[in-house]
Amino acid sequence: MRRHAAGLAASAAVLLALSACSTPSSDDGQGTGGSTPRGSITVFAAASLKEVFTRLGDAYTSAHPNAEITFSFGPSSGLAGQIVDGAPADVFASASAKTMDTVIRAGLAATSTTFARNSMAIATPTDPTVRVTSLADLAIPGVKVAVCAVDVPCGTAADKLFANNRLTVTPVTREVDVKAVLSKVQLGEVDAGIVYVTDVRAAGDAVVGIDIPASQNVTTDYPIAVLMDGAENSVADSFVAYVLATDNLQVLLDAGFLAP
Amino acid sequence: MTSRRGRSATAPPWPVLVPAALAVLFLALPLLGLLIRAPWSRFWEVLTSPTSLSALRLSLLTGAASTVVAVILGVPLAWLLARATFRGRRFVRALVTVPLVLPPVVGGIALLLAFGRRGIVGQPLEALTGITLPFTTPGVVVAQVFVAMPFLVITVEGALRGLDGKLEEAAITLGASRIEVFRRVTLPLVGPSLVAGAVLTFARALGEFGATITFAGNLEGVTQTLPLAVYTGLEGDPAEAVVLSLVLLAVSVLVLVGLRDRWLRTGASA
Repeated sequence: MRRHAAGLAASAAVLLALSACSTPSSDDGQGTGGSTPRGSITVFAAASLKEVFTRLGDAYTSAHPNAEITFSFGPSSGLAGQIVDGAPADVFASASAKTMDTVIRAGLAATSTTFARNSMAIATPTDPTVRVTSLADLAIPGVKVAVCAVDVPCGTAADKLFANNRLTVTPVTREVDVKAVLSKVQLGEVDAGIVYVTDVRAAGDAVVGIDIPASQNVTTDYPIAVLMDGAENSVADSFVAYVLATDNLQVLLDAGFLAP
Repeated sequence: MTSRRGRSATAPPWPVLVPAALAVLFLALPLLGLLIRAPWSRFWEVLTSPTSLSALRLSLLTGAASTVVAVILGVPLAWLLARATFRGRRFVRALVTVPLVLPPVVGGIALLLAFGRRGIVGQPLEALTGITLPFTTPGVVVAQVFVAMPFLVITVEGALRGLDGKLEEAAITLGASRIEVFRRVTLPLVGPSLVAGAVLTFARALGEFGATITFAGNLEGVTQTLPLAVYTGLEGDPAEAVVLSLVLLAVSVLVLVGLRDRWLRTGASA
């Protein structure tokens, strides 16, 4: 998925190059130790990061016109599998420490840093067939619940959520990623879906979110790492630093994430 | 010397040979990769795991059910298309071919909007009978019939068109009713094509992924057929995905062997 910002960045790069002819360059890149990040990177990121990373990526490429970012969003476990199988990714942002560990254990990343945390919420259709108002309602027979597949982080979190609250929930479907759960809710095919707080926020008016009290809720860590493919790429380091920058924490908090 | 010259006269020129060899290599390598990377030491253990077995059972069950439904509904439709003249016949034939070219995931969304809980048929169906199709095993069959039935209709229709009408005419002049002629003359004549169509339908149903996961969801033992188990397996245990892929590959090979007289020798399907 190549974003429009890339085109903008390219035109901005031309403008900058032109202005550089008249004024000696004194750009910020020199001041911070490295040269201006230049090049293109591929970022593999959890499906739940789609909206917030698209926004951060746009802001980043506007500030760094010589950099270009291509995103691939999907289930963290699937992305980790692709990276281990040699997919050409430079940066990996995962929705669980476990999937990040798969990549680190394979020797494809040195370390990772947690940049945010997420918690779970119940998404319900705007015109529900069966009204769900609390976590306990999901255990009522006949209430149709969608959750993520067992090995996908949002599925692991959902199972933990049910276990912690001693609920026996029998989902009607285990979808391959969190966005697929959300779409089943939006279409009204299920009465409720277990998704991240951030998904409910991102979906806007399309679903009705029900908060889960912090005492009942579970959280999941979001680690980010530069991969071996990106080790030589200044954009990869610079983008990861950008995501971790305290100035950008607000973007994550606005999207519903929790501070790391 | 002469034999050499004779061979080179019939040998294809290299501008044909090179791309053709590349094409063969391109088609063969992925299958080879599957065979080489397969976890053979764990093959039996993975194949007999509860997840694999339930996917296998469900796939065989739904594939067989879909084939039966496709035969019951598809043979009469093939007969209508081949023999009857009615308004809109060309439209109906075009409609039959749509699922062949439609991406299955689009078929799945279309099925949801028709037979889903909020669908134009699904909503009244639930209100009247309490029956819902998404997330159920019958829902898997619905998705499979939608994508696979055209294979049966087209194969049988082609066979009916190629029939010599004289035998049927003779049966009619001997006093047989039209139903009798269809049952006792036409059906036996198109028998081999019917079997071929049914095998193709079964194979397509068995491989169905996009429409199934979109319309019927993904739950072990209920709607998680082999292809869905392969895809879900990739998230957790890739070895499971590879083993189940081999099962599906074996089925494809069996289908090819079964239909070899129709496809591999003449290259023409009835």
